[in-house]
Amino acid sequence: MPLIELTGIERVFTLGDSEVHALHRLDLAIEAGEYLAVMGQSGSGKSTLLNLLGLLDRPNAGTYRLEGRDVTTLSADEQARVRRERIGFVFQSFHLVPRLTAAENVTLPLMLASVKPAERARRVAAALESFGLANRADHRPDQLSGGQRQRVAIARATIMRPAVILADEPTGNLDRATGEEVIRLLETLNTGGVTLVIVTHDAALGARARRRVVMQDGSKVSDG
Amino acid sequence: MKPSDTLRFASRAAAGYPLRTFLMVLAMSIGVAAVVVLTALGDGARRYVVNEFASLGTNLVIVLPGRSETGGFNPANAITSTPRDLTADDAQAITRAPAVLRSAPITIGTSEAVWSGRLRDVTIVGTTPDYLRLRRMDLAQGRFLPADEPNAAVAVIGAKIQAELFGAEAAIGKVLRIGDRRVRVIGVLAQSGQGLGMNADEVVILPVAVAQAMFDTNTLFRILVEAKGRALLEQAKAQTLEIVKARHDGEEDVTVITQDAVLETFDRILGTLTYGVAGIAAISLAVAGILVMNVMLVAVTQRTGEIGLLKALGAEDNAIRNAFLTEAALLSATGAVAGYLLGQGGAFALRTALPVLPAYPPDWAVIAALATALVTGLLFGVMPARRAARLDAVQALAKR
Repeated sequence: MPLIELTGIERVFTLGDSEVHALHRLDLAIEAGEYLAVMGQSGSGKSTLLNLLGLLDRPNAGTYRLEGRDVTTLSADEQARVRRERIGFVFQSFHLVPRLTAAENVTLPLMLASVKPAERARRVAAALESFGLANRADHRPDQLSGGQRQRVAIARATIMRPAVILADEPTGNLDRATGEEVIRLLETLNTGGVTLVIVTHDAALGARARRRVVMQDGSKVSDG
Repeated sequence: MKPSDTLRFASRAAAGYPLRTFLMVLAMSIGVAAVVVLTALGDGARRYVVNEFASLGTNLVIVLPGRSETGGFNPANAITSTPRDLTADDAQAITRAPAVLRSAPITIGTSEAVWSGRLRDVTIVGTTPDYLRLRRMDLAQGRFLPADEPNAAVAVIGAKIQAELFGAEAAIGKVLRIGDRRVRVIGVLAQSGQGLGMNADEVVILPVAVAQAMFDTNTLFRILVEAKGRALLEQAKAQTLEIVKARHDGEEDVTVITQDAVLETFDRILGTLTYGVAGIAAISLAVAGILVMNVMLVAVTQRTGEIGLLKALGAEDNAIRNAFLTEAALLSATGAVAGYLLGQGGAFALRTALPVLPAYPPDWAVIAALATALVTGLLFGVMPARRAARLDAVQALAKR
């Protein structure tokens, strides 16, 4: 059974009078532990695909099975629970809450999941330690470098031990060296068993993945 | 999300934008403080007037000769149309009523007082020794009318009379000529300075018999009756009427009123005024509530990216709504508490500046102000919080 199974996915946006098929008859299966890069021009539908995979968006037609369970029919709150427990997001612009410290940013998913404060502190300390951020725990995002910020974001994405990490241009706002560092970190997590899906238009980044899906006009043009 | 986490998250958010939070709290606190200070002023004025009346002597029943007709034509009045006079004996008889503490007859007239070539018009009050305590008056010097000599030619004079006729000289023991009679001054009243009623500083008090002889009359101006307590006022009124009626051959030819009736009217007018002032001040609270809404709407727009993130991290709509609602509640609660302290400080300043005015805010106003602040804050916080919760995650995340 694949971890993720998309069948006949349609996603249509209405812009004025015209309908735009962001995704059209898309079938995609991702096995647990895979390292997948979704590539394509902007407007090819790769971001829409990522939003669907992350349950931030619903398809107009088709089914999405996550760990064998149809998640498209779940209620909003049930989807929120799936996002909380099974999916980790890494964004291009990091999306850290500016007024919270690194440790507090990493704690957010645990807080939303109502984990007990003592256990939260333990898990956050361990996570910051393993990402080399132990001495940055009390720094706010504006006191951190770009690479450190993205590492905080990755620590936050993995703190709930999700099944899949969805990364949207994770190196887009970083210089080459720092980007390399961040990618290696994500790849290490993948080696540890987490399924990794990276959306990028950077060919070099895509080349590192074991499987590449190329999107064009809402359809898959190559896979492998 | 646990409630304690929601509270912490919301308070961190409020603290994260200090200027905005400060302005919001200030607006809310001004509203609450306005209610507290203005009602303190209104209620202070009410208490001032009530106290002034109380200093005239509380629990007073006043007996006036003649009947104020309200019941239409009464055949009994057609036969005996002339009312009987109210006499000093009537006043004495009223004292025997169980609900009555003391009573004093009053005869009033004007005359000239002369001493050592100095002459002055004075108001003569003829009464009995109980008058002093009944009117809550104090003596500056000497003693009041003697109880054992109802016909003694003695006088107690007001502070102003003492100053104008005798100046620096001692008045006690001097013989004063009033009209064609001579009376010996035995006491001087303490300066009262009361603004309400007749000015006690300009009277000469004589024994009622002496005054009646001076004006050649048997009748009284009125009888003042003091009940034994506030609760017994109505009983005292009924018993007084009963006694006078019995003494006047069963005819109800006097009018009995309570001072309470007058006092109640003032109390009601000034109480209504306080409510009105509180209502006007409450408008500023409503304005502050709208401000809470505005500030929270701005906060939702400002933190759209953050809301998108929370959704991506798996926050349910309720969790986001509660966080924003809690933030609004925190802002208005802080404003309410700050306003309460500010208002109490203002009332204290008012009391310091005007010591005669007991400017304490009434409890109902304080409670109403705090409750209105919290309720409007929450109510106006609902819409922005719901808007935050309903944001589309994808679009919210795209905004930065």
